[in-house]
Amino acid sequence: MSTTTHTSPVGAPPDPSRRKFLKDSAMTAGAFLLAIHVPFTGNSTDDPVPQGVYDPNVFLKISADDTVTIINKHLEMGEGTSTGEATLLIEELGADWSKVRFELAPGDAKLYSNLLFGIQGTGGSTAMAESWVQMRKAGAAARMMFAKAAAAKWNVSASEITVENSVVKHAKSGHHATLGELAGAAMTQPVPADVPLKSSDKWTLIGTKVPRLDSKSKTTGKAIFALDVRRPGMLTAVVKRAPQFGGKVASFDASDAKKIKGVVDVVQIPSGIAVLAADTWTAMQGRDAVKVKWDTSAAEMRSTGEIFDEYRKLAATPGLPADKRGDAAAGLTRSAKTVEAEFVFPYLAHAPMEPMNGTIELRSDGAEIWSGSQIQTIDQMVAAQILGLKPDQVKINTLLAGGSFGRRACPVADWTAELAHIAKAINGRAPVHVVWTREDDIQGGFYRPQVLHRVKAGVDDKGNIAGWQHKVVSQSIFIGTGMEGMAVKDGVDHSMVEGIVDTPYALNNLAVEVHNAKSPVPVLWFRSVGHTHTAYVMESMIDDLARAGGKDPVALRLELLSQQPRDAAVVKMAAEKAGWNSPMEKGRGRGLAYHPSFDSRVAMVAEVTVKGSDFKVDRIIAAVDCGVAINPDVIKAQIEGAIGFALSTVFRNQITFNKGVVEQGNFDDYEPTRIHEMPKVEVHIVKSSERPSGIGEPGLPPLAPAIGNAIFAATGKRLRTLPFDLTKPA
Amino acid sequence: MITLKINGETHQLDVNPRMPLLWAIRDKLNLTGTKFGCGHAVCGACTVHIDGQAERSCSYAVGDAAGKNITTIEGVSGKVAEAVVAAWQRLDVVQCGYCQSGQIMSAITLLSGNKNPSDDDIDVGMDGNVCRCGTYVRIRQAIHEAAKALA
Repeated sequence: MSTTTHTSPVGAPPDPSRRKFLKDSAMTAGAFLLAIHVPFTGNSTDDPVPQGVYDPNVFLKISADDTVTIINKHLEMGEGTSTGEATLLIEELGADWSKVRFELAPGDAKLYSNLLFGIQGTGGSTAMAESWVQMRKAGAAARMMFAKAAAAKWNVSASEITVENSVVKHAKSGHHATLGELAGAAMTQPVPADVPLKSSDKWTLIGTKVPRLDSKSKTTGKAIFALDVRRPGMLTAVVKRAPQFGGKVASFDASDAKKIKGVVDVVQIPSGIAVLAADTWTAMQGRDAVKVKWDTSAAEMRSTGEIFDEYRKLAATPGLPADKRGDAAAGLTRSAKTVEAEFVFPYLAHAPMEPMNGTIELRSDGAEIWSGSQIQTIDQMVAAQILGLKPDQVKINTLLAGGSFGRRACPVADWTAELAHIAKAINGRAPVHVVWTREDDIQGGFYRPQVLHRVKAGVDDKGNIAGWQHKVVSQSIFIGTGMEGMAVKDGVDHSMVEGIVDTPYALNNLAVEVHNAKSPVPVLWFRSVGHTHTAYVMESMIDDLARAGGKDPVALRLELLSQQPRDAAVVKMAAEKAGWNSPMEKGRGRGLAYHPSFDSRVAMVAEVTVKGSDFKVDRIIAAVDCGVAINPDVIKAQIEGAIGFALSTVFRNQITFNKGVVEQGNFDDYEPTRIHEMPKVEVHIVKSSERPSGIGEPGLPPLAPAIGNAIFAATGKRLRTLPFDLTKPA
Repeated sequence: MITLKINGETHQLDVNPRMPLLWAIRDKLNLTGTKFGCGHAVCGACTVHIDGQAERSCSYAVGDAAGKNITTIEGVSGKVAEAVVAAWQRLDVVQCGYCQSGQIMSAITLLSGNKNPSDDDIDVGMDGNVCRCGTYVRIRQAIHEAAKALA
């Protein structure tokens, strides 16, 4: 039953020990492997210097048969990072795209650190931004090594050598060879200290629709995800967790479970009771048969309404200052009209299609994990601590992830901790594959927090925004984690107010406060993090204030962005492409929202049809500025996908509690968007020569407010609760 | 012992006949292209063909599948399957890709019964298949492209 994933082009990564990796490769006759120190000395002409750890990085292998393998340091969870990273490197190297493959890098922060994080991890829509220079320099260095190797062999000048479509050529003499043929000789060349990069007018891949490297394996059932890993003698485990967050096992009785044929063991771990069996279904049967008494003394026992009641009480008191510009109170006093509103947002589960899972194997000298790890460095540290190992004794093989939306990146690495605890509880006597069912996933916490906003804002008699007071009540996703230091200042978790305190709108009298609510419900970033709710509030308020001041919503936005040309251009583009000023028939509405995030700028116009309390989203027109559009088709796909993902939060998704128990459990009562609900989507990309910025997340924030504004345009009803419910009074 | 005919091969399995076909396929036969998404036939990630029809293998007892012709993503063949897979690849439909085996299995069934589906036909035929990455725009396009290629 053992299948290693090494034969798959998208399977397991190389051995993470660099020394061994290099040695193995060197022993393969004629192979090229680039171990390159790419210095960021600030000498590149078009880029600021990312701050982070610099160290040798291993990104490229070329075999004698001309196969070019890119090692992607980012988790591939659908956003196309593998294709993107390869595009950057191959652009400079000059390889034939049809011969390019990819592998996902193993856990090794020394080699594969995210230059913006300083540790290995994928997130914050940073992949292209952080590797923009690094991957191109890796490709350029390799190209130079091939040119020098060829020059030496043919006794010609290296500057006259070209590398195109995997062919190294000296035109004058007629010499040519493939990259594979020269790989061994190129390996013996010194790695150049610095290399010039192509100017943008010479690009042949960047800016074009380069085909995805994972399309073939993912359409033939051959792609290996973490859930597909099989190890010899492997047991599958499922965990019975407390019905309320913060609950602990008081006692349990596994006698019935152990009678089931195929159930091998039942063990207690900190998060509950793990049942180990020969296969997944038997483990589930075993779990159903385990009887557990829970200690709920420290558990969240409240219902959703009670939690919001507490939020409202907090909102009525002064909070921690998050931003203060001008004099918001005075601005409100002199306002001709004010808008005062409360917005509420539910807890949300990420619910990636591939449920959480991972496989662990203990050995005498360490542990090996196979998982869709999104922050390998943290997963290594957490597992090592539990197992009494050093982090580098925990080998992580990064597998394709069937979505994440943030769930697989966890500062406390709950799911990886469970792997380690179960392996430890059985003394590592067998490899263990821990599988979460859909119910485990939806009821398992680490949600986008529940949030309440209170805003009071006003316009003067000219329709200009005169004052804006804003309170946010929510649970912090950083406080109490190892990442608190990087995101929390003076008690304010930046992710709670991002999108407000850094708004590009010229709001001169602004006061923002936060309250940190406490609950045992674990919370986490969710695709686009704080922008998931702040964009909705900001863009609904701007719409209302435009009307209060007698202005067109687009015109007011453009006034507020008069000093922000890149932002204004995106708003204009969306409005123009959507025909903003053209009339809509009765019962239909058009709304625009703009929200920058992750250094990218996205505006969306939504067109909706409202019938009674039902509404349909007919069309979304999006305008995007994410700097250099490395792959316009992937950018388009990310916007389409962000719309499809975010729509479910507009229509119906919410996690609610009844006496602490989650009321949703599967895709029937936490139902994702389905194909019949998908609107037509148009994506327009701003041509830009600016450094590339994020695209995985920035498509989400403007979607819900664009729809909310469109519904307002159609009905005059302002929705301030997500998900939308048109049957409720505004 | 249960006799399963999968992708043209016959297997003898010593499993509880109540075990869902999905887990027999994945855990016993190691055909991992068929995915687990919900376990309740509400997401379609586990879709296989049983006697030519798309079925949710997570909610189909292995005992009931005995003796029937089962095809998984690894075993699809024929003109319709080729056209669907080719269109999926040409349009780069996939993102995370986890649901796409099931999407493709459903699309093959749809196109096998309806040579020229409208958007509405596609919505009906594909509504049981969830894609959390939201690739629906391209799924629609790919089915139209495959239909054109087959015409």
